[in-house]
Amino acid sequence: MMHASLYRPGNSVLHRLPAGLKLSVLLAAGGCSILVRTPTQTTTALGCVLLGYVVARVPARAVLQSLRPLLWVILALGLFQALIMGWPRAFVIVGVIVALVLLANLVTLTTRTSDLVDVVVRLSRRVRFLGMRPESIGLMLSLAIRAVSLVAELADRVREAQQARGHTISPRAFAVPLIVGALRRADEIGDALAARGYDD
Amino acid sequence: MLIDINDVSHRYPGRAKPVVDDLSVRLDERRIAVIGANGSGKSTFARMLNGLVIPSVGSVNIDGLHTSRHGSQIRKKVGFCFTDPDSQIVMPTVAEDVAFGLRRRGWSKAEIAARVDDQLATYGLERHAEHAAHLLSGGQKQLLALASILVTEPDLLIMDEPTTLLDLRNTRMVADLVSGLPQQVVMVTHDLDLLADFDRVLVFDQARLVHDGPPAEAVAFYRALMGVDA
Ligand SMILES: Nc1ncnc2c1ncn2[C@@H]1O[C@H](COP(=O)(O)OP(=O)(O)OP(=O)(O)O)[C@@H](O)[C@H]1O
Ligand SMILES: [Mg+2]
Repeated sequence: MMHASLYRPGNSVLHRLPAGLKLSVLLAAGGCSILVRTPTQTTTALGCVLLGYVVARVPARAVLQSLRPLLWVILALGLFQALIMGWPRAFVIVGVIVALVLLANLVTLTTRTSDLVDVVVRLSRRVRFLGMRPESIGLMLSLAIRAVSLVAELADRVREAQQARGHTISPRAFAVPLIVGALRRADEIGDALAARGYDD
Repeated sequence: MLIDINDVSHRYPGRAKPVVDDLSVRLDERRIAVIGANGSGKSTFARMLNGLVIPSVGSVNIDGLHTSRHGSQIRKKVGFCFTDPDSQIVMPTVAEDVAFGLRRRGWSKAEIAARVDDQLATYGLERHAEHAAHLLSGGQKQLLALASILVTEPDLLIMDEPTTLLDLRNTRMVADLVSGLPQQVVMVTHDLDLLADFDRVLVFDQARLVHDGPPAEAVAFYRALMGVDA
């Protein structure tokens, strides 16, 4: 499944931390990641993140699931770096990426989407950029998050329909029904939003 | 609410034939159904009732409000349930989707949360509050769609084939739910078994209203029209 990283209800310490704090930590970790140079530091970073998963009581399966979409990229990158820069450097680079992905995932697993969206809404209230209403920004974010699962589902269906008809998957035969389907969905959701009073 | 339709015709741009042709009807019964062949204009008709479609000729008035001028005002009082729950669930999780319609009421977070919890319990979805909406079964999704629409307490509920994608049990459940609603309902359907307790049934054929009467009579008319014997 592509849509692994959604909020998991719970009441661990991590669940109860304010969403804004968690987002700030994530941003800070992203910034600090360029300072990580040695395998020991990398292992420490990975260890800290995994400790977070233990504290949040997230099963190991969810940890693996969140890495699966990236598996091939990580392997390819690791191999490439190992050939060029040697194994220690490859470990640092891949390890830092994995740690960041896992940390980001930990934030979404322990924070309600609506709380994350609220943080963004609060921030944009201060910024008020482009004259947009903060609430509309929040709505757009939520819709985008919802759209990811819709498109993922649509992609599954298109692939199944093609396999059922004995087609191997050519990019064009995949893209056309996917785009048509996504556009139709977008149209329907536009109607649903209007029907639910969000047309002004 | 009084639905008042005056000399309405509708043509989609670029199409020669009208999809609703010269329709005039006043509806104020509590349970109104719309049946008819594929492509006969039922969905277009339903979408006219909350201003999603503005007819190219004529006027649609809901309690005296004109759909072309007061669309968003009307949609606050008229809920619309689509066939495919996937396209009407707009938020990532179950609770958030129910909360969505309440966001513009100026309620506090706690008030909204309490109302959402209540509503989820009424619809038997309380265990799924924090779940991703796309992981629900088809029947649960349609229940969620209904819960989300009805939480804003509309006076009129329009439904376009709400049970077409559901199995027998979920169809029954939605039908029972609808028959217990205090609201006025206009339901488009191909499921003739749902019509028994309706007050008035409209039959559409080729863009025209061809019959208007109580359920048994309308169903007999529709079967004869389709060349299918009971
Ligand atoms: N957005 C649109 N643009 C152009 N033509 C449309 C559009 N929506 C519907 N139509 C056409 O209008 C006609 C009536 O469509 P409508 O969806 O109202 O029928 P229906 O009675 O709901 O059919 P069904 O039972 O299959 O749902 C059809 O011929 C359809 O192709
Ligand atoms: Mg239809």
